[in-house]
Amino acid sequence: MEVGPGKFLLARVDDVARWAQSSSVWPLTMGLACCAIEMMSVTDPQFDIARLGSEVFRSSPRQADLMIVSGRVAQKMAPIIKRIYDQMAEPKWVISMGACASSGGVFDNYAIVQGVDTVIPVDVYVPGCPPTPDGLLHGITLIQQQIREGGRGGILARA
Amino acid sequence: MSSLSTTPLTPEIVSREGNTMVLSMGPQHPSTHGVLQLVLEIEGENVVNVDPEIGYLHTGIEKSAENLFWSQAQTVIERMDYLAPESNSLCYVLAAEKLLGIADRIPSRAQAIRVLFAELTRIASHCVWLGTHCIDLGALSVFFYTFDLRENILDLQEEAGGARMHPNYLRIGGCNGDLPEGFLAKLDALIEKFPGRMADLRGLLQANPIFQDRTIGIANLCANDAVAWNVTGPSLRASGVAYDVRRAFPYCGYESYEFDVPTRTEGDAYARFLVRLEEMEQAHRILQQVRKRLDEPGPVMIDDTKVAAPPKETIALSMEALIHHFKIVSEGFRVPPGDVYQSVESPRGELGFYLVSDGGNRPYRVRTRPPSLYNLQAIKAIARGNLIADLVVTIGSLDPVFGEVDR
Repeated sequence: MEVGPGKFLLARVDDVARWAQSSSVWPLTMGLACCAIEMMSVTDPQFDIARLGSEVFRSSPRQADLMIVSGRVAQKMAPIIKRIYDQMAEPKWVISMGACASSGGVFDNYAIVQGVDTVIPVDVYVPGCPPTPDGLLHGITLIQQQIREGGRGGILARA
Repeated sequence: MSSLSTTPLTPEIVSREGNTMVLSMGPQHPSTHGVLQLVLEIEGENVVNVDPEIGYLHTGIEKSAENLFWSQAQTVIERMDYLAPESNSLCYVLAAEKLLGIADRIPSRAQAIRVLFAELTRIASHCVWLGTHCIDLGALSVFFYTFDLRENILDLQEEAGGARMHPNYLRIGGCNGDLPEGFLAKLDALIEKFPGRMADLRGLLQANPIFQDRTIGIANLCANDAVAWNVTGPSLRASGVAYDVRRAFPYCGYESYEFDVPTRTEGDAYARFLVRLEEMEQAHRILQQVRKRLDEPGPVMIDDTKVAAPPKETIALSMEALIHHFKIVSEGFRVPPGDVYQSVESPRGELGFYLVSDGGNRPYRVRTRPPSLYNLQAIKAIARGNLIADLVVTIGSLDPVFGEVDR
């Protein structure tokens, strides 16, 4: 983007689209376990996710851009997560929040899927048990960076 | 279809017998407080029958605990009820101490610290409940007030245990180290801030006509039904039964603290709201009493090298201490064979652990009595005849936590 000599602002449409997209990544309201409480904490005044433009948690997968898999994924829940992910419109991103969603965490047993990336593709992993809200905020900024630097997103994704 | 039918409803079958239809609510729903699926049989907007479908967060915690040392099992157990992790570990720790036969040798300062964290976690848990309950009702701003208060409590937990949500600070035999420097000053600040914040919350909600319209006379549960469905905690006390484990079967010296057990008789969602608010105030009262006891220094861990690792400074000087430390770290400690039941008053009700030991260094069986599970099953009795919109209030007022329901 560059500011011309007059009152014009010259930019490629794709850059503008990416800038707009990266500043309004709307997460899906999908809480699973402990991490969901920390996911709620990022909206409180101390952490204030609204600074990143992501405070609009949508309950419908059709309106959401970002799925935060917040907690352990039980065998019974895994097909539902896949289905919700399929229902989200492109372009879409996934944050695997916490040790359980990323790798099964301390629950290496019959009940827990050992990493949600065996079910859906994951863009960013946030470590911790549970991660601090700062950690989740950092994960969201990484998603924004991905969008701005030419990862998925922009007008091409809509074509 | 008759009410309270024995055949479970399934979401796959969309039946239209008569004027009713079957509708699935959840498991991904903003107002089910986790991964609960409710299969509803509705007639227009009226709920004829409800079948809760649980297990979407089944974690196998009880089984995992059998494969860990007695002290390690606490780590997974803290992740059951993630709104009140300290209540979980407290109950497990007390049960394990009973089995070990060391329950009466726990230092009094450790018991005071346990009460401190049990009450802090009660306030924090009720903060999350109130914030999310009000979001369900459309009042977003309450969330910011309650989570601000909760952040202060999480700061204290982080300071003592190193983690915000699962500090794992209470241990079998006492606590993991004394309270850090500066902790008591922060606690004082919280105790001082609390009454003002409670006044804010009461001012926002108690006489609020919209809040009253949505909660008074909704989700009624009479005392007989509550007892029959095994409901405990604030939901039971809002129906007029003054049962509180802290009073009925005191632990950690609760008999030496002054506090009231708040009850109401209406048994509706508003009564549960009032009982929980008052419980937060009673917890504050206990905090003030604990604070006075924390001025006296003393040991916070039992002086028994068979259960607790000896102090770090002795390890370099004493061969015996080094051996004890090595044994506890590498193979844990053995617990005499037997079984025990211990319950505590968690923010949701009577939380119980039934532990069986075969004399090994790992639990043979860890069985939990999760209050949320029993409270949730009463939804079948409560929700019939209400509107779908009131179902959201019903779930919120019962305050289930699915980590605990499904385990």
